[in-house]
Amino acid sequence: MRTFSSRKQGYFGPYGGRFVPETLMPALQELEEGFFSSLRDRTFQQELAHLRRTYIGRPTPLYRAERFGRRVGVPRVYLKREDLAHTGAHKINNAVAQVLLAKKMGKNRVIAETGAGQHGVATATGAALVGLDCEIYMGTDDMARQALNVYRMRLLGARVTEVATGSRTLKDAINEALRDWTTNVRTTHYVMGTVFGPHPFPLMVRHFQSVIGKEAKRQILDAEGRLPDYLVACVGGGSNALGLFAPFLEDPVRMIGVEAGGRGLEVGAHAARFAGGSVGVFQGCKSYVLQDDNGNIVGTHSVSAGLDYASVGPEHSFLKESGRVEYTYATDDEALSAFDLLSQTEGIIPALESAHALAEVVKRARTLPQETIIVVNLSGRGDKDVQHVARLRGEDL
Amino acid sequence: MRTSISQTFARLRREGGKAFIPYVMAGDPSIGRSREIVLLFEKCGADIVELGVPFSDPLADGPIIQRAAERSLRQGTSLRSVISFVREVRGATQIPIVLMTYFNPVFRYGPSDFIRDARGAGVDGVVIPDLPPEEATDFVRSARRLRLDTIFLLAPTSTEERIRKVVHYSSGFIYYVSITGITGAELLLDGSMERSIAQIRQRTTMPIAVGFGVSTPDEAAHVARLSDGVIVGSAIVKRLGDTRESLERYLTALRQAIA
Repeated sequence: MRTFSSRKQGYFGPYGGRFVPETLMPALQELEEGFFSSLRDRTFQQELAHLRRTYIGRPTPLYRAERFGRRVGVPRVYLKREDLAHTGAHKINNAVAQVLLAKKMGKNRVIAETGAGQHGVATATGAALVGLDCEIYMGTDDMARQALNVYRMRLLGARVTEVATGSRTLKDAINEALRDWTTNVRTTHYVMGTVFGPHPFPLMVRHFQSVIGKEAKRQILDAEGRLPDYLVACVGGGSNALGLFAPFLEDPVRMIGVEAGGRGLEVGAHAARFAGGSVGVFQGCKSYVLQDDNGNIVGTHSVSAGLDYASVGPEHSFLKESGRVEYTYATDDEALSAFDLLSQTEGIIPALESAHALAEVVKRARTLPQETIIVVNLSGRGDKDVQHVARLRGEDL
Repeated sequence: MRTSISQTFARLRREGGKAFIPYVMAGDPSIGRSREIVLLFEKCGADIVELGVPFSDPLADGPIIQRAAERSLRQGTSLRSVISFVREVRGATQIPIVLMTYFNPVFRYGPSDFIRDARGAGVDGVVIPDLPPEEATDFVRSARRLRLDTIFLLAPTSTEERIRKVVHYSSGFIYYVSITGITGAELLLDGSMERSIAQIRQRTTMPIAVGFGVSTPDEAAHVARLSDGVIVGSAIVKRLGDTRESLERYLTALRQAIA
């Protein structure tokens, strides 16, 4: 496994680390040991592989979106169909693996934060699957945006706890989940939903998600007989992007991460950490953060709850700094157009998060030669967003 | 030469006393009020004052201190203004002052500049709950040079190995977190604290102060018997809106209980 560029444990270059209160330090060490021992545990690996195949529905297809591709000017646009994974997004890859690990480590309860609700649904699903108690923290504003997912979590037997502090979105849900974990650390595992937070989460979640890129590599070689020219993925915390990118990092393939440009790059109107942020230490790790001069975290906005977050996985900061991955952003409006375009050209309603990646393809394709091969991570399906989009357009369902 | 925090604990040890360490969030609800509170702490017999620096995302704190931070941030309080406040309050009191701040404001300020400016203003020690020793090597080195005490936390979950590490990096005192939880949560007096503190004492002669969840004078008395000092935060912050007399009565009762 390709791990760190720096010898300091838990770091990607200067980014990452483990900035948490002492109470959690032993649990993170225990988790790190549990994770590394699971890599050598044949039974665990077989069980995970079995669930990927029979429960999650992997491998997910790599679909050539030809009508969409022709419309934007590059006929070879492939979609990695994570939207077809059980529960409708890539989040399940990580959640199922982490609940299995929690069970193996003897925990009887899992907690998680959620923004768009997909990770909450995935964790609630995993908890139901292996028989663990489950509590999900979600910001008040996100609960309003993603009411359907709130109800799904409850149907799955999870308790959904509203977080009404701070900006009432994902970052506040993470604060609250960390507080819960600090309190119940002996019995509880925190299923971090993205490649963020204190070591070993960024490394572990990347590992569990890299199944996406491994499959995509095999699939594109089968379909085209060569590697793609571009990989494109949206970046909130950044787990779907790293899941796709990681197995290609040593290959001659260009990669683009797309952040949420919201309503534009004024403070509070976006979540484009690389375009408008600076290095900071937030929620357990050192990475790019949207902050003010005094080191307080500033508000964010995105039409997509899953990208509406003030920081980004530390490995992305490293990949940006090293120039290996290019980061850009798409605005709310661009994402909404791409949302419509994919729906109408392919009969696939993408998640608003994934629509940001598609928006970049729309922009980029104009400048690219016809024979370019692009693989886009279609990280989730858009059913959860239908109501929200209707509301934005003044329609009441 | 010893730092003023070490001198305070040495004096208490000689006198057979325990440290009373009250907490207040700087700038809650105003810097002027914080000045009054710090002086009131001293008047009521505090040995060390813990001064909170507000942060937008205080993940080790419960709702009472979270709200105090929000009030303070609305007043425009920043790490820089808290340092100025300490410089200003030094005209009126020499009581040892420990800043409690999250790491990002310090990181943004520049850790070396922070150490220099805070120490220059009269700050004696610093507690950074989200900066464990592993991440603090450079910080501790710079702080030692300027004799700013670095107070690290130990928790009920800390292992032998972690106790050794925290002891190695700490100076002034060790902050023992009485519960697995956040500030202001309910204290559990089940004998486990006694065992943990005994375990730490095998590794160090450094003073141990206990915080998180201490609220009543009875609890403070119990904790004081096991440790070298008691930190009271949320329970004081909650009473800042009370009359001066009632707050003073409460602080005095805590002082008397911590003997």
